[in-house]
Amino acid sequence: MKKLLMALSMAASFAVAGAAHAEDKLKVGFIYIGPPGDFGWTYQHDQGRKEMERALGDKVETTFLESVPEGADAERSIERLARAGNKLIFTTSFGYMDATIKVAQKFPNVKFEHATGYKTADNVAVYNSRFYEGRYVQGVIAAKLSKVGVAGYIGSFPIPEVVQGINSFMLGAQSVNPNFKVKVIWANAWFDPGKEADAAKALVDQGVDIITQHTDSTAPMQVAAERKIKAFGQASDMIKFGPETQLTAIVDNWGPYYIERAKAVIDGTWKTHNVFHGMHENLVVMAPYTNMPDDVKKLAEETQAKITSGALKPFTGPVKKQDGSEWLKAGETADDKTILGMNFYVAGVDDKLPK
Amino acid sequence: MGMFEAILLTVATAATPLLIAAMGELVVERSGVLNLGVEGMMIMGAVAGFGVAQLTGSAWLGMFAAILAGAAFSLLFGFLTLTLVTNQVATGLALTLLGLGASAMIGESFVGLPGVRMQSLNIPVLTDLPVVGKFLFGQDPIFYMSILLTIGVTWFLFRTRAGLTLRAVGDNHTSAHALGVRVIRVRYLAVMFGGACAGLAGAQLSLVYVPQWVENMTSGRGWIALALVVFASWRPWRILAGAYLFGAVTIGQLHAQALGIGIPSQFMSSLPYLATIIVLVLISRNKRLTLMNTPTSLGKPFVPDR
Repeated sequence: MKKLLMALSMAASFAVAGAAHAEDKLKVGFIYIGPPGDFGWTYQHDQGRKEMERALGDKVETTFLESVPEGADAERSIERLARAGNKLIFTTSFGYMDATIKVAQKFPNVKFEHATGYKTADNVAVYNSRFYEGRYVQGVIAAKLSKVGVAGYIGSFPIPEVVQGINSFMLGAQSVNPNFKVKVIWANAWFDPGKEADAAKALVDQGVDIITQHTDSTAPMQVAAERKIKAFGQASDMIKFGPETQLTAIVDNWGPYYIERAKAVIDGTWKTHNVFHGMHENLVVMAPYTNMPDDVKKLAEETQAKITSGALKPFTGPVKKQDGSEWLKAGETADDKTILGMNFYVAGVDDKLPK
Repeated sequence: MGMFEAILLTVATAATPLLIAAMGELVVERSGVLNLGVEGMMIMGAVAGFGVAQLTGSAWLGMFAAILAGAAFSLLFGFLTLTLVTNQVATGLALTLLGLGASAMIGESFVGLPGVRMQSLNIPVLTDLPVVGKFLFGQDPIFYMSILLTIGVTWFLFRTRAGLTLRAVGDNHTSAHALGVRVIRVRYLAVMFGGACAGLAGAQLSLVYVPQWVENMTSGRGWIALALVVFASWRPWRILAGAYLFGAVTIGQLHAQALGIGIPSQFMSSLPYLATIIVLVLISRNKRLTLMNTPTSLGKPFVPDR
């Protein structure tokens, strides 16, 4: 139905463009990597889109294209949205970066917003989230709760966004237990419930008692619930899939940013930028801390408060890289450029980073 | 539970949907029809199975609904390709696209609901046997159905008169027609059987593998099933071997990763595909046997009395 509606709305927009009749509604397009029903990454972006619609009412009209693969298809899809008269387009996955830049050159009057990338242009802004801040809190909790001292980590692709998460999780855990270990499995997919479940099972079979994931479905949470271990939710609150399993979840709260940017286009104040928001800006929200003793909960809340206030930065020295070389001196904090291009592990991660 | 046993169980869960869907498609292709809509029928089965199980609270009812949904959906393909004689490849692709879209629409309200899990077998003593107890006597009903299905299809195709007729239709529909076989009717039945199997495979996904509904949850398993049929050169036991090999390498590479073996994960993820194709091609090298098993009318339209 959505697809049909979308097709209709696209057809309608062509008709409007043909009639050369100025509409004062701002048309906003979204490109999604998965289906809005993934209950994870794309679901949260779609929630943000809906929030924007609710907040701005008939000032905006939104369209989305779902499950657009990263690669040649992405460029075609973004261009389709631009041709259909969308004046603000959000491309919501790292792999859309080059496609977004390419299409933006062809449509100088359309504003583009690319999530989690690093290439900007006059009409391309980049917005990113410091998910890793949430990972640090997770690491603290995991090290407190794990009896075997090993957590399982299901990764999607070895890109900086995911590597940041693994490192931050590790540093958080090491702040509690310096000998904490993490086992990493790369699913090489953002969304494949079956494979994610298999990865979770493999980790449990190898003895981990806490799982965290950087893939988009609720399958790992469900496996953790079945095997009676603990897990962290990803992108949205997955408590329904593990009422006695989920410790907390990193919830991506995109709505406020989407509203702000759409307003800026309407007011004519839109400018390109490269923002990197986190807990402080309320973009990274933690789901309620559950299924843990009170002292752990208290520690988690304190850690979160410190990160929110800026008193604690996850990537603060002394930190060694995996190969033993020094990365950050005592008291030194990593700059955003290093964080955004992170392609190495910190000491203690028991995995070889795929290149 | 030992590591070996745990891996064995995970492999069975990963292989079962491929095995069931491929077995259904084998029968369809043996009758001379190429239905590329496996992915679409599978996801319709998954959403129907999840939905009915959710509404009634019974995983069994969900499973039957999935079988019916798959069969009903395949009828659409049958009507278009067999009665209206449309192009089978294009219609099959359309069926997949339609299935993915329609299931997303039907399942919209199911997103985020924990599903109903199909209970596994539990026979005192037998299930508790060491190493193989859980694998042989402690799995979900759909696993046992997949094994029975393999035996049943083999017996049907090569030991019954109806199976011979079906193969005759697939090898040369004109001759079969001349002999008085009702080609279109045989093909309709085969297509529906394929649809029912794809639906059951979908039910396995949404009731056993990951008891939840999410859009596009088949994630290409229908296509893998299709490939298995060809690489197994249309023989049932090779499909079983192929599906389990694929499952074993998939799970094996995940375990290897967790152990921290320093092989690039991208390569590991492609291993199941490589290994399955290589092995099946190697065992299908005998040209004469392969030719004997290839349905020669595959994909060709049939219009009676022309």
